[in-house]
Amino acid sequence: MAARSGKNSRDLAFEKASAFFAFLVLFLAVLLFAVLLRESIPALRKFGAAFLVTGTWDPVLEKFGALPFIYGTLVSSFLAILIAVPLSVGAAIFIDEFAPKWLKTPVSFLAELLAAIPSVIYGLWGIFVLVPVLRDGVMKPVTKYLGWIPFFKGPVYGPSMLAAGVLLSIMIVPFILSVSREVLATVPQRQKEAVLSLGGTRWEMLRIVIGQHCIPGIFGATIIGLGRALGETMAVTMVIGNRPEALLSLFQPGYSMAAVIANEFTEAVGDVHLSSLVLIGLILFAMTFAVNLAAKWILTKMVARASRGI
Amino acid sequence: MKKIYGVLAGVLAMLAAVSFASAADPLTINGAGATFPYPLYSKWFYDYSNANPGVRFNYQSIGSGGGIKQITAGTVDFGATDAPMTEDGMKKLPGSILHIPTALGAVVPVYNLDGVPAGLKLTSDVLAGIYLGKITRWNDPKISELNKTVTMPNADIVVAHRSDGSGTTDIFTNYLTTVNTEWRAKVGRGPSVNWPVGIGGKGNEGVAGVVKQTPGAVGYVELAYAKQNKMKVALLRNKEGHFVAPTLEATSAAAAGMAKSMPEDFRVSLVDAPGKESWPISGLTWILVYKDQKDEARGKAMVQFLKWAIRDGQKMMAALDYAPLPKAVVEKVDKALKQISFKGKSLY
Repeated sequence: MAARSGKNSRDLAFEKASAFFAFLVLFLAVLLFAVLLRESIPALRKFGAAFLVTGTWDPVLEKFGALPFIYGTLVSSFLAILIAVPLSVGAAIFIDEFAPKWLKTPVSFLAELLAAIPSVIYGLWGIFVLVPVLRDGVMKPVTKYLGWIPFFKGPVYGPSMLAAGVLLSIMIVPFILSVSREVLATVPQRQKEAVLSLGGTRWEMLRIVIGQHCIPGIFGATIIGLGRALGETMAVTMVIGNRPEALLSLFQPGYSMAAVIANEFTEAVGDVHLSSLVLIGLILFAMTFAVNLAAKWILTKMVARASRGI
Repeated sequence: MKKIYGVLAGVLAMLAAVSFASAADPLTINGAGATFPYPLYSKWFYDYSNANPGVRFNYQSIGSGGGIKQITAGTVDFGATDAPMTEDGMKKLPGSILHIPTALGAVVPVYNLDGVPAGLKLTSDVLAGIYLGKITRWNDPKISELNKTVTMPNADIVVAHRSDGSGTTDIFTNYLTTVNTEWRAKVGRGPSVNWPVGIGGKGNEGVAGVVKQTPGAVGYVELAYAKQNKMKVALLRNKEGHFVAPTLEATSAAAAGMAKSMPEDFRVSLVDAPGKESWPISGLTWILVYKDQKDEARGKAMVQFLKWAIRDGQKMMAALDYAPLPKAVVEKVDKALKQISFKGKSLY
């Protein structure tokens, strides 16, 4: 009987167990949100929605606003994406299409190894190598000649939004690179050959193939990178300068949401201070959630369009 | 399969043996709090447990704020803090608490300036001016007139401070608040404050990193950290008008200068202390214990340890770059330890 209905007791037990685990994951996410919300109530009561647009962060007077941190997180992450996407996609195309066999494995292996380095090591490298190089090699000459552009205004300190963006871009390259390579690998060999056999150059072949097939995948890869950049804490706090001010110039120090939580949580004595830090955590949680949701939505649209196009 | 059960049984038997052994094991005293005295405390705990195998310590260096929270909640036997508890904080406590000073620390201004040797002379007003963003260049007349033998370079001052909440920042901002009215009005004191200028580094190593990597930078770190990393330290003019170098002796001198006016509960700040040789940015670090202990054996062990810490413990400080408590203070602390009791009976 049981066998005929397609469900014996073992199957049923397995189904229930896996359902339990699935709900457990969901439950954890809800619990996380609930606890963040509960702990941030004192700050929400005191500051309300103004918290999002206030630029002061004064633990002595207990006046708090999240604007500089939201700004810093967004700017440093988008800067990172701006640098990392062309770099990773270019590298992925080179590895898959042009690189000789003996080069393929070591290059891709080393690039993916970057993902295994702990972020505190990136931070140390940032302090001792990247920041001095950027300061003397990029920021100083650029301010000298292009200092009138608001993005490049001095004075130059070293630790800055630019340093954080560049460091983050290096950290997210391996993620975008490996997903992009997977995406490129899904293109049917026959399609590539078809373009070439019609007399197309390699450039034309890649343009058509990537334009037709790979844009949604590369977009997805970018979102994975962005998600990591938004939440990165240690490396960012070591090079961003930790100054709670939203400044237009990329050469000026800034602050990020994750960094301020890590910096101040242990010694936050006042209830409002502590609650404000939790509220920043809640905003970060909501922000990453929104980014992923928007990405999912755009991705579905893109995939639909891409499949219509073929 | 049988083999696995055999192994499991063996492991269980071993676990049981271990937990039985721990029943007769030494008393474990739990503490949590400040990171600044952590190297000293771990040395103390190690040496004390070697001499007294009956007592062991478990100390979590989670920060002064965390230490106060834990002792308030009663989850630890003692707390440790670099800043005395506030009146509001003490109202939340279930019982009355003692602040037992254990060691002294100093915060020192460090800088990175080519052509200027260690020992740049600064005053409280100049230091406050730099951190308020009013003095922005190294050749500012206010700095030059204090250092006539040195040619001050025409360079920007890059201000560095701690980005993480810390007792070091509390002592430093407490100093600026005490000596400078504008600082008091605009910024104030605390483990983290709203800095008018500068870039933040995480921890002593973060500030030291910024200072070492940035020409023209000035920052503040703990004395021990500046010494061990051979950083250029500045001289400061103290309350009595003398320029002093930050040393362990000058730090102890600050406490000695305050000894007479030391309140009974030891909740005192040592910044801008009187005395010719006193280093002006000095501070105490405290262990927090309840006066009424709930467990006789643990309370007794705690008191014995504190007695040892203010006597033999003070001798091992110099090697770790902490300044010992002056004699007058030790005597006062010793008296205070007699107040720790169990059901009205002193545990001293």
